[in-house]
Formats: sequence, C-alpha cells, structure tokens
Amino acid sequence: MSVLVASFADEAAIVRAVGALRRAGLSSIETYTPYPVEALDALLPRPRWRLPVAVFLGGLVGLVLGFGMQWYAAAIDYPLNIGGRPLASWPAFIPIAFEIAVLCAVLAGFFGFLALARLPRPYQPVAAIPDFERASHDRFLLLVDPAGASMPSADTQALLEQCEPCSVFLWPS
Amino acid sequence: MPGPDAAMDAPVMEPGQNLRTIGEAVVEQVEPRLRPWWWAGFGLAGVFAAIFVLAVEWLFIAGIGIWGVDIPVAWGFAIANYVWWIGVASGGTIISALFYLVGAEWRSAVNRIAESMTLFAAAAAGVMPILHLGRPSYFYWLFPLPNSMGLWPQFRSPLLWDFFAIITYVTASILFWFLGLLPDLALVRDRTPSRGRRRLYALLALGWTGSHTQWRLHKTAYGLLAALMAPLVVSVHSIVGLDFSGGLLPGWHSTQFSPFFVFGAVLSGFAMVLLLVIPLRRAYRLEPFITPRHLDLLVVFMLLCSLLLAYSYLVDALLPFYGDDRFERATALHRFHGAWAWSFWGAVILNVLLPQILWLRRLRANGWLVCLIALGVVVGMWFERIMLVASSLYRDFLPSAWGHFAGTLWDYLTLFGSIGFAAAGFFLFLRYVPAIAVYELKELLPPGERRG
Repeated sequence: MSVLVASFADEAAIVRAVGALRRAGLSSIETYTPYPVEALDALLPRPRWRLPVAVFLGGLVGLVLGFGMQWYAAAIDYPLNIGGRPLASWPAFIPIAFEIAVLCAVLAGFFGFLALARLPRPYQPVAAIPDFERASHDRFLLLVDPAGASMPSADTQALLEQCEPCSVFLWPS
Repeated sequence: MPGPDAAMDAPVMEPGQNLRTIGEAVVEQVEPRLRPWWWAGFGLAGVFAAIFVLAVEWLFIAGIGIWGVDIPVAWGFAIANYVWWIGVASGGTIISALFYLVGAEWRSAVNRIAESMTLFAAAAAGVMPILHLGRPSYFYWLFPLPNSMGLWPQFRSPLLWDFFAIITYVTASILFWFLGLLPDLALVRDRTPSRGRRRLYALLALGWTGSHTQWRLHKTAYGLLAALMAPLVVSVHSIVGLDFSGGLLPGWHSTQFSPFFVFGAVLSGFAMVLLLVIPLRRAYRLEPFITPRHLDLLVVFMLLCSLLLAYSYLVDALLPFYGDDRFERATALHRFHGAWAWSFWGAVILNVLLPQILWLRRLRANGWLVCLIALGVVVGMWFERIMLVASSLYRDFLPSAWGHFAGTLWDYLTLFGSIGFAAAGFFLFLRYVPAIAVYELKELLPPGERRG
C-alpha cells in the first residue's frame, strides 16, 4: 500500500487541496502542519467530545473522591465531637474537594490527550517521509490514501498537482 | 510619524515575518552559543542557589532556631517568602491561562516566559512551608495517609487546604507548561543540526508530528487546561489569604483577605514578567515578536492590579476605624508607625504610589524605568507579606504576650538563596527550551503571510 504525499509552502494552498480532495470523495486524508490550521477543521472532521468528556469525568471523580474522603474521615472513621458541631461539616470540605477535582480533571486532560493523540511514540512511521521535518517549520504536508477514491491513483495525483504544491510523490508505506 | 498612541496601535508582531523567520529566530535561542551574559547570569544565580542549599542544609542540621522565629512570632520569613513566591507564580498563570481564554493575541509572545517563571517561582514557594516545619522530615503527615494512631489531617483547616492547593497548582502548572511546549520541542528536534540534541528533543517531544488529529486534540486539551488553570490559580491564592483570615489575630481576621491576596499576587506576577521580558527581548533579539504593544499592555495590567491593591490597602486601613474593635485599631496604628512601619510604608510606596507614574504614556514606553518600577513592586510585595506576617503576630491582644521579631542572617540567606534557586532554574529554561510559543506566533501571521 502506498500513499500520496504533497507538500505545500503556504496555508491557502493546502486548504484548497484538501477541499478539492474532499469534493472528489476522498476521506482518508491527514495533514502535518507547523501550527493548527483552523480552516482545515471543517474539512477534516475529527471526534470532538472525547477529551472534554474525559476531563469532565475526571473532575467528577475527583469531586466525589475529595468529598468522600473528608466525609469518611470526619463522620465515620474518626468522629470527633467538638461541642456538638455537625460531623459532616460539608462547607469546610469544599476547598479540598475543589482542589482534588481540578487535579483529577487536569490529569484526565493531560493523559487523555496523550492517549488519544497516541503519544508518547518516539518512532513515527511518517517521519521517514523525505523532508518530513519541515512540516514543523515552514511546510504543510498532505497525506492521502488514493485507494479510498473512486478514481484511479494517477487522477488523484493530477488533482493535487493543480493545487500549486512544492512536490507530489507516491510514498510506499 | 509615531503618534502618542504608537504603543497601543503597534502590531503584535513586526511586519515582514513568515513561518521560516519565526521558527529560526526562536530556535536560535536554544542553540548552543557562547553568550557571556547568560553565563554571568547563570553563574550569579548559581552562587545564590548554592547559598540556598547551604542555608537549608544548616537548617536541617541545626534546627529552626537559626531563624528569627520564636514565640509569639512562629511564622517568619519562610511564610512571607512562601506567600510572596506563590503570588509571583500566580501572575504568570493569569497571563497564560486567563488571557488565553479571553483570546488576547498579545499573550502568545510572552506566555511561555510567564509560565516558566511560574514553575520556578512555585518550586521556590513549595519548599518554604516544608522548611518552616520544625521537623521538615514529617511534612508527609499532611497527606491523608493511614498512620498508627488512625488519625487524619485536619480537613477543616485552611493550612491543609493550602497543602492540597499547592500540590494541585504545581502539578497542573507543570502539565500545562509541558502541553504547550510539546510542538515547540518537536520543532527544535526537527531543526537542530546536532545528532545528540536531536535525540534529546525527540525524546522530550514524545513523537509529536503535528498531524491534524494531534493539533485538534492539542487545542482542545490546551483550552480545557487553561479553563481549569484560571479558577485554580484564583483558588490557590484565595486559600493563602484564608490561612491568615482563619487566624483570629487583629490584622488577619478579615473577610477581604482572599481577593486582597489575589490582587497582590497578580500585581507581583505582572511585575516579575515585565522584569524578565524587557531584558530578554533584547538579549535574544525578540523585538519583532515582543513589541512595544506587549510591554505597554503588561504595564497597563500592572497598573490596574496596583489600583486594585490600593483599594484593598485602603479597606484594610480604614475598616478598623469604621468598626469597634480596639485591637484591630491598635494593630492598624502600629502598622502605620510601629517598629515595622517601614514595611507598611514601603509596600504602599512601592506597590501603589510609584506605579502611578506609569499613567504617563511617555514613561510607560521607557523600558528601564518600567523595569525599575517593576523591581520596586516585586520588593514592595515582599514588604507587604512580611508586614502582614510579622506585625500581627508580635503584637496581638495582651501586652504581656507581645514580643518582637527580626530576621537573622540565615533568614536573609534563605530569602536571597531562594531567588538564586528560582533564577538558576529560569536560566536553564532559557538555555534549553524555546522561550516563545512558536506555533502560537505562526497563528498570529496574517493569512497572506502564512507561508514558508
């Protein structure tokens, strides 16, 4: 199996190319860019809610754990009667519960990001593409699997070549 | 001709930049070059960091008696240093998280410096309460760990809240900083000519490729973490304020302490960022990215915080005379002209009065003057912290219980040593990590200029 690689020198060109490929019915497209290109968001849909849900659940777990720990310690494990004051004095438990909730949410956000982005992964197969290292600097790279298209691979390549790329080539992966 | 509004109308980036110039300018900063000023700065910071290690070592050997703390003043320099450092740290987080959420594009050039300053300031802050414990090796008793007596820590005490707040804040700051750094570490990995450095940065970058999938997740994660960091930092310093208002002492037992402490914290943070950014933009030739507009905005925010703090000072000084508590009044009067009046007036002059000259646009544009004022604010905030800690403790209610407080040599060595410790860490950061978020700068390019 091989993929088509096109490299572009400016943002507008890669956005045009991705748009053209999408209109041609290709869907397995990935881009590698030096910064997040907002115009690609609409063209290349990605799951949006997984990470926010993970962070929310992390925060929720932290909140329950934080409150639970303090409530268990103060009301069940070591009840201490101080002038008849309530044992489960929940308002005094808010700050620590909040801090633990934020801690768990941040951990869920960070490690959820790593998991969903498939990191850490020091060896990335795509890094073997010639000039790939410029994709973090001054080039915009587009990878497309022509097998998904209804048209022949040569047509996809021709389509890309109309979009002012710096280079287009077939890369065996 | 530049008019009076030149700084405000100035662009957030000098024109004529493109992807290549931005990347190269920032990567140049972490390339190994002989920079005499860096070695001078790092050397000086290193000497003070060594002093810090010695002072802490001697503290561990000889005990807390080497400090000026005693009864009635059991909280001395260590707590003032802690509050001061954590305040300085907070400002960095506000710049980087809060201004990210409001979409302020000027933050992109200074957020990395602010966040890194936060990390080292928070580290310096974090050790202080541990040193302050008479028996530092038992600091883990603050953790809710099972122990032989079945006891739990006191969950209703602001001091324990503080412990949880600091743990959360330090952890979250490191992760937030590293998350933002990931794409730039990958850039250094891809640009550096040396094989060894490429390996090092490849390891640190975790295999970042900059794929659309990764960028989408990165943006989501960064936004979420920023949205958590902004309220977190406010909670951290509010809890520090509660450490004091939870005590019943005159001059501490006040409902305004949480916002009061947050205002002061953000003020000292802005001042510290200015103090770092003004020399650094020149040293690394980052003037095209950190423009007069950035400096002007930072100064204006510092001025705003100074006014907020002025309000708190005013409330703190007036309320005792509005109420009917004679101990509060005595403490207020003692702060105005008692033995530690220098710290009160020092704080008022350096934090509130002197910054007011920055209302003048002409003076605001003068880098050296701004540096001087910012340095004054940083010092003034320490004055405020030590004033709050000491003056309430050594004169509380009964004159028979009064005492006095003065720092010893070891107190001062710990204070200045901690500055060296944080500064040495910051110099190492400058040496190895891009001081500007490159990918965020690239996003600031106008659409037509987003090319290699």
